[in-house]
Amino acid sequence: MFTLADVTQEKVPVIVPISHPSEGSAGRTGLWRVFKPIINTNKCKKCFICWLVCPEESIEEGKDGYPEIDYTYCKGCGVCSDNCPTGAISLVKEEG
Amino acid sequence: MVVKITDLRKAGKYLLPGSAACPGCGLAIAFRIVSKVLGKNTIYFIPACCTSVIQAPYPKSAFNVPVYNVAFMAAAAAASGAVEGLKALGREDIQVVVWAGDGGTVDIGIQALSGAFERNHNLIYICYDNEAYMNTGIQKSGSTPFGAWTTTTPKGKIGIKKNMPFIVASHGAPYVATASIGYPLDLANKVKKAKRIEGPKYIHILTPCPPGWRFPMEKTVKIGKLAVDSYVWPLYEIEKGKLRLTLKPRRIPVEEYLKLQGRFRNLTPEDIEKIRGMVDEQWEILQKLEAIGKIFF
Amino acid sequence: MKVITRKDEKTREAGEWKILTGNHAVSYAAKLARVQVVPAYPITPQTTIVELISELIASGEMNARMIRVESEHSAMAAAIGASAVGARVFTATASQGLLLMHEMLHWAAGSRTPVGMAVVNRAVGPPWNIHADHQDAISQRDTGWIISFVSSNQEALDTVITLYKVAEHPEVLLPFMVCLDGFVLSHTYMPVYLPPQDKIDEFLPPYDPPHWKLDPSNPISFGALVLPNQPYQEMRWSIHRSMEKALELFEKYSKEYGELFDLKHGGAIEEYGAEDAEYLIITAGTIASEAEVAVDEMRKNGKKVGLLKIRLYRPFPSNTIIRELKGRKGAIVLDRSISFGLSGPISEDVRAVLHSFNIDTPVVAYVTGLGGRDITYADIENMVSRGISLIEEGKTPLILWYKMRRFEKW
Repeated sequence: MFTLADVTQEKVPVIVPISHPSEGSAGRTGLWRVFKPIINTNKCKKCFICWLVCPEESIEEGKDGYPEIDYTYCKGCGVCSDNCPTGAISLVKEEG
Repeated sequence: MVVKITDLRKAGKYLLPGSAACPGCGLAIAFRIVSKVLGKNTIYFIPACCTSVIQAPYPKSAFNVPVYNVAFMAAAAAASGAVEGLKALGREDIQVVVWAGDGGTVDIGIQALSGAFERNHNLIYICYDNEAYMNTGIQKSGSTPFGAWTTTTPKGKIGIKKNMPFIVASHGAPYVATASIGYPLDLANKVKKAKRIEGPKYIHILTPCPPGWRFPMEKTVKIGKLAVDSYVWPLYEIEKGKLRLTLKPRRIPVEEYLKLQGRFRNLTPEDIEKIRGMVDEQWEILQKLEAIGKIFF
Repeated sequence: MKVITRKDEKTREAGEWKILTGNHAVSYAAKLARVQVVPAYPITPQTTIVELISELIASGEMNARMIRVESEHSAMAAAIGASAVGARVFTATASQGLLLMHEMLHWAAGSRTPVGMAVVNRAVGPPWNIHADHQDAISQRDTGWIISFVSSNQEALDTVITLYKVAEHPEVLLPFMVCLDGFVLSHTYMPVYLPPQDKIDEFLPPYDPPHWKLDPSNPISFGALVLPNQPYQEMRWSIHRSMEKALELFEKYSKEYGELFDLKHGGAIEEYGAEDAEYLIITAGTIASEAEVAVDEMRKNGKKVGLLKIRLYRPFPSNTIIRELKGRKGAIVLDRSISFGLSGPISEDVRAVLHSFNIDTPVVAYVTGLGGRDITYADIENMVSRGISLIEEGKTPLILWYKMRRFEKW
């Protein structure tokens, strides 16, 4: 990345608009959430359709092979819940 | 080999969590699936579109694959250069992909696309279609359907949506397909097929947009499915000039698709009849074309 | 006109002499530079450059991939795409084609892709006119491209090769255009020396992008959003600094190339009879080679006149201008283009540079030769004589038009 030191050095710094892959490139997008999706493992059949349709890549395989939501980045869109064939994902209003 | 969820789960993460995409973004779903099928050894050329923004600002990017952001009308041309450059350097193992919105494909980018397909470069062109200029604030594009409200068609679009897959197929492309995020595995399989074919391939994906189409954000995939099930957006592929409907779902009324979207709120009963008529006609023609066999040369 | 005729047996033994048009000299330059990708679109008077390249590729003499694009906008986009994966790229255009490329010219410079291009200068429409005029290239002044003008076929070949070395330097990484006047050079035959390939290979090693390239082993996103408080302004500053570096390197590599092959055209500015001159002509392109004859003629009549040929227009050779003009009685600048509403573009630059350094050498600015109107050495003598009297009278208007004609019916 470009720093102020580059301005003062003799050699011409070629500063290129390059961005590097990182999680949370737009910040902790979990803070955008109004409704929180919660997976009920009693109903879940581990089909991973929720994982397939998640726009945020914020569902992973967790304990005992059930899908688990990464709330750091989950924006709470509810697409997972809307597409769950067994109705195992409920949306709960975030507190505060 | 048909791609299944279990196969996709083994693939890498190429759209990283915490991007700047809107919640429930349709194109984000499409990109996740497409990039998982195409894998690591891929370079994406992206013209001005929503995807330019959802990568997030410098110096971080939500994209974990090489991306070249390029001027609006130039994506297919820049990708052509990369394909030939890689050939000159002996790196034909790298797949070059254009990932463009509907404006960058059917409007401002159509000339570069046409040139690239005529020249027969080995690339995959993917148009994710949210049916308007969403990034600039929901203005009408050549891909906006009849009757849809946009900020520049406050009384609904008068003309019809360009039939881009057929325009591309007329170039003699070896593979052209439509897809929808409502049927993600159908999409995945089409991308996989395209990857195996030499020459220019085109996949046109319907990617519903919650803020632009005015529907609740959890309905993105559902709307994509209703578009197919109502025959508004039929799923087909044209391989070596031969059309095949890849899905013939049990048909639902067009109202089921239209009523969930605020952009169609002002349709009159006559408008809806007109849409129904167009959808009927489209399906009928597609079935006839399928029966003929080879329809493009 | 200065034509290279001397043969230094030692340096020239392995090379080859050919009788070539300016355009074909450029095609051979691309071949000698071992360009790998050539995206191009036809336009008069550029077409014969890419026609010969196509033939050289088809016959196996040249190992490159040709992309027959559907527009100049796409030609430049494809050039950028190929350069971004690490290939050496060449294209050529003229006039409207160059204007259509404008958006992508900015994109190439901002991408730091050292694309090489020949611009066969032609008037801009309407009305249609395919003859020599610098308006096309001058209109690309602020795109971040290195812009050079040449005044012989040999110089065209040598400058293409020299500028690849400048453009690909790790502190430069900017695209360049070599401008040659339509028809006057592009379709005129002259003897041209082609240096041996192995010596060119030593001078110009293969391109290897030092800062970035599109490569799956390093998944970067190029050109995504950069906000006002992020280093956008610094990126522009960096391009400007690279331009300054390019000026320094062009002087250096022109000298190096000149010594290697005994082909000397000067650096960013080539002087002719300038040393003891009281008045200097400043111009570019083929008017500059014609001006050599004018200088000879005027010297015969006892007028102490010299010539500065602008070989590099961007970066502008400000230091040389200051050094050369300080203490002279005046400068007469001949522009083959116009900045409507002000004056000739090169004269404006000369005046700006002089003013910045408080040098009061008077400058007379002529706009002439537009749309291919022929400018002979006698015309140049006329302009210089008139310019000298104006300077002596203390009158230096912002702009003078030369060779205007009366037309009875409009």
